[in-house]
Amino acid sequence: MSEAIPAAAIVDPAELGDKPVRAREVWRSLTRDPAALISIIVLVLLALIALAAPLLSPHDPLQTFPDQGLGPQGQPLPPGTPGFLLGTDALGRDLLSRLIYGAQVSLIIGIVANGLATAFGVLVGVVAGYFGGVVEAVLMRITDVVISFPILLLCTALIAVTTRSTFNVIIVIALIYWTTLARIIRGMVVSLKEREFVVASRTLGLSHRAIMWRHILPHLVPAIIVYTTLGVASSILIESALSFLGIGVPIPQASWGQMISDGSTYFQIAPWMLFIPGICLIVTVMAFNLVGDWLSDMLNSSTPTAR
Amino acid sequence: MFWWILRRLGQMAIVLFGVVSLAFLLVYAVPADPATTLAGPNASAATIASIHKQLGLDEPLWQQYLGFIGRLLTGDLGTSYVLRETPVFGRIAAALPTTLLVAVGGIIWQILLGVPAGIYAAYRRGSWVDRVITFISLIGLSAPPFWLGLLLIYYFAFTWGLFPLNGLGDPVIWFLVLPTFTLGAGGGAWYARMTRTNMIETLDSPFVRMARAKGMPEHVILWRHSFRHIAIPLITMIGLDFGYFLGGVVIVETVFGLNGIGRLAFDAISNLDTPMIVGTVLFAAIFIVVVNFIVDLLYSVIDPRVRLNS
Repeated sequence: MSEAIPAAAIVDPAELGDKPVRAREVWRSLTRDPAALISIIVLVLLALIALAAPLLSPHDPLQTFPDQGLGPQGQPLPPGTPGFLLGTDALGRDLLSRLIYGAQVSLIIGIVANGLATAFGVLVGVVAGYFGGVVEAVLMRITDVVISFPILLLCTALIAVTTRSTFNVIIVIALIYWTTLARIIRGMVVSLKEREFVVASRTLGLSHRAIMWRHILPHLVPAIIVYTTLGVASSILIESALSFLGIGVPIPQASWGQMISDGSTYFQIAPWMLFIPGICLIVTVMAFNLVGDWLSDMLNSSTPTAR
Repeated sequence: MFWWILRRLGQMAIVLFGVVSLAFLLVYAVPADPATTLAGPNASAATIASIHKQLGLDEPLWQQYLGFIGRLLTGDLGTSYVLRETPVFGRIAAALPTTLLVAVGGIIWQILLGVPAGIYAAYRRGSWVDRVITFISLIGLSAPPFWLGLLLIYYFAFTWGLFPLNGLGDPVIWFLVLPTFTLGAGGGAWYARMTRTNMIETLDSPFVRMARAKGMPEHVILWRHSFRHIAIPLITMIGLDFGYFLGGVVIVETVFGLNGIGRLAFDAISNLDTPMIVGTVLFAAIFIVVVNFIVDLLYSVIDPRVRLNS
């Protein structure tokens, strides 16, 4: 099941270094990886579009145009229709406007949900790895339980007992996505805490909190950056799957998954309702994956000690 | 070997008991009330109370739990809250073959698409073939499965009429091609990536250089020596995937209009239909436990260093 496979696990955390990376190195490695450069441009553009949605979208994404927006038999209009650049959907809503507002939903959910999941995963991983013993056993068994549930069914269960809202979708995704990172961070902390600088800090009498957050955490930053970038891709995919199953962002709000879901009913007469949001989704997710891969390559190769 | 199997069976029974108890208790822990879901938001208190009585929800929790476990031991999973008169066991038994066919088909696609592509990409590392395979597998990882399924339906079923649109019919395999491909494509991409990484590492290892040095033909090195080396992580992944698939089939069964376990579980969870939830969860757990058992058995077949002692 592909959308449940955490793309993050592709990278071996042991290979991520902890040497500082200079801006010039970043630029040089970016020029060697055109796919990553294009991906970053795509993502920046997408973020700008999402931010400027009210300025850019020609219509209100929720407004239906029962007269101009639908054909003579009440069918959706194809792309290229005057006034509706990318056509309309089955209710006569402007697809371009819905697409632009859908970008907002995907990015906000992808970034906020994944940000929360990252924070929680790092917290659990650092605490479990640093303290070890019973704390570690309890935290990691909870992680095992969450990780071994089929993700979509767990989301369904959590959403079934709450109400359908964007906020709840974010919380549900965050509650499920922290596990992979927690495992990886724990593994890294277990080996970091044996290193000289940690032992030295302890000898100097630093508090556990200071050692964990001021001395260990900076070494985890490269790994966190890589997994967070890849995690945004997974979160966006899960949001779209939830919307497709009818338990994601509440209608009539536009989200790409919801638009594909609408398109699935009408694809025989209006295939563009299916194609356009799907292409946006796949390009966005690919861009996040490519940037994540590039980050992991760069942070890896900038460390001469890693090999 | 005999004792190993006996011990594993004992462990499996304990795990299944734990899973069922957990599922049962979880449904009680949630704030929502199944009776309210059944009767609708505007039902009177009397209606809710009568539904509680009918479903046995007015009894104390321990009594419900013991009754449930007792019936379970006799093979009775109870009846669905939503579709009264329908035994849970019957519904699951009816849905099971569909899901099994789709899941096994998905695994076959994953292996067929991912493993040879990954091995070949690793063998031709850095060539354009490698780059194309890497790019395609990135698309596979990034494409939402439901969208891929709909796209396949649009082209292969609707436009070109090569395959049926949805449902199941005769011959079954014809109806299964698109759903199983949808389920397996993402995993295939994933396998290609993992296999490529593992294979590159293996091809650099001393035993491969040794084989090359003594003039072993390339195909023997690749398929007999190296493949055996990457087979163990591969089998572990396949074992884990059966668990993931139980989530994935929800999407595939929705897109292709199949009545399998995934839809059954999804609807049961949406309706807080406790007996059906516990039934599907129990089924899923049995499925995963049995697959893990088979995976452990396979380890010892593939890698003679692994011995099945207690």
